[in-house]
Amino acid sequence: MESLEEIKARAEAAVPGARIDIVPNPGPANQPSLLLDNEHAAAIALFLRDDPALQLDHCSNATGVDWLDRTVSKKVKVKKVVEGEEKEVEETQEEFFPGYLEAVYHLYSMTHKHGPIVIRMRTADRAEGARLPSLTPIYRSAEFQEREIFDLYGVRFEGHPDLRRILMWDEFEDYPMRKDYREPDDYEYEPTAHDDVLEKAKQHSSARPKLDGAEKLTAQS
Amino acid sequence: MMSSGAERSAVEGPRSTALPVTPRDPSTALGMTARLEGELMEISMGPQHPSTHGVFRMNVALEGEVVRKLKPVFGYLHRNHEKIGENTSYLGSMPYTDRLDYFCSMTNNWAYALSVEKLAAIEVPERAEYLRVILAELTRLQNHASLLGFLLSDMGAWGTPLMYAFREREIILDLFESLSGSRMMCDYMRFGGCRCDLPPGWMERARKVVDAFPRFLDEFERLIVSNEILIARTQNVGRISGELAINAGITGPMLRACGVNYDLRKVDGYGFYPRFKFRVPLGDHGDCYDRLMMRVLEMRESIAILKQAMEQLPAGPIMNPKVKIRAFKPPAGEAYGRIEGPKGELGFYLISDGGPNPYRYRVRPPSFINLTVLEDLCLGHTVADVMVILGSIDIVMGEVDR
Repeated sequence: MESLEEIKARAEAAVPGARIDIVPNPGPANQPSLLLDNEHAAAIALFLRDDPALQLDHCSNATGVDWLDRTVSKKVKVKKVVEGEEKEVEETQEEFFPGYLEAVYHLYSMTHKHGPIVIRMRTADRAEGARLPSLTPIYRSAEFQEREIFDLYGVRFEGHPDLRRILMWDEFEDYPMRKDYREPDDYEYEPTAHDDVLEKAKQHSSARPKLDGAEKLTAQS
Repeated sequence: MMSSGAERSAVEGPRSTALPVTPRDPSTALGMTARLEGELMEISMGPQHPSTHGVFRMNVALEGEVVRKLKPVFGYLHRNHEKIGENTSYLGSMPYTDRLDYFCSMTNNWAYALSVEKLAAIEVPERAEYLRVILAELTRLQNHASLLGFLLSDMGAWGTPLMYAFREREIILDLFESLSGSRMMCDYMRFGGCRCDLPPGWMERARKVVDAFPRFLDEFERLIVSNEILIARTQNVGRISGELAINAGITGPMLRACGVNYDLRKVDGYGFYPRFKFRVPLGDHGDCYDRLMMRVLEMRESIAILKQAMEQLPAGPIMNPKVKIRAFKPPAGEAYGRIEGPKGELGFYLISDGGPNPYRYRVRPPSFINLTVLEDLCLGHTVADVMVILGSIDIVMGEVDR
């Protein structure tokens, strides 16, 4: 199979305006991935599926990943004038990376028996902007898996034929696979006679942690 | 009970609205049973129905006895396995993978171990790889045998075939028990090898089981495959084309029943499968009968693999001594590993941040994704056929709902 760089170049040529980045994978598994821009993701996926040399017709796995907001503090040497003298002073700078949700697809070819090609898409943020184009019209196997990502991560897939909760019940409100999810004290917190329980559950889940420690991670670039 | 879609009608969903409704012929039996002229009746099949193989529910819209719409409802056994996997160490998830597809804990272990080995570039000793092949194929034998029993039970051959199949399964579970200490929740494999070596006399017992298995298969095949009722109930029921099967991510025997030659044991060549001579049986029609026969034929190939593996099994260590499985911290990175489980492609996707827990732990469950086409398979068939079609897909709710 071609290298990822060649696939990227060909896909960008085939889909005008498309922008693809290669996300490295530092681990020994050596499975780097292609980061698609959301606007052209469906067209690129269609190209990957139908291109005669690639024919990635089997979307084996589709899943979500949650990346929280994070601040990375770095020590930077800055030149400063201290008491009339120019000195190099170490200063701590904080850099802020907004969080996002990610959908990862593993594509294989059943025709040519090669793969995987890993493609990812990222949402704008983790709240209102958590929207991605659905690949279900191209890969039917993504149908239930995208529903699962919606259910557990809260990514809205635009163009999905039947997007609703799949594993959790319909009335469930949060997204349990998110990293900042806190389970409520009591699972029976229906707002009937249990208003006090509901209040307790609210209190319990109010403090949402800003986790850190994701700097070393692969999907961040 | 609060359930997903309790008050939701099965009628909605855009795919269903575009359904071609075949004109009814009053002279056929189907036309006779369709009493509600032009009206659909909604039935909730499951989750307590014995033929749904656990707690699985289908919202079915019927026209007479014919299925016009079908929406599967999941989640009754959901315990967020993936979240638990992210909160425990890499080793801690290993016994929990047994609970995914509780019929095939050995292959679940292997898929997880394989993914971690990819993630951290761990080598596995030769003897351990052979043991893995032997145990995975034994798992395949008992899974397929019990599936055939369940399927016949769904079709109305009550009890006897299931007991025949379970008799064979018990013998294999005895082997698992004497090896790992547990019949179903084996927790046998580790990243970098296996947990313990064979007890004395195990191999002789296993050889006897494998040698005796074809006799059971011959007998079972004689009993079922030319049975007129079985043929009437399965042939041309639940057909699916190869193109749709590929696009819908169908894997395992269900895919090969459509004639698509895709077996990960050949394609990926993981473990030591390239060292063994075996064939991949392929179906032609993609109907329930082909799916059933796929299992029978695969069992014969499994026996061939088992005989070769038992012949070649080398002596040596069963665990890579360099791997610290307890304080295990793989380097940062991600990996997706997959194996050919008895039900289809079982994959694990792991992201490591260098810590003791995986940052992301994802299971690619074959029977969940194989259910994607359940509605397509069932449309136009009667309610009684739905049970046969569901049985031929081979699902286990522990894996579907995770």
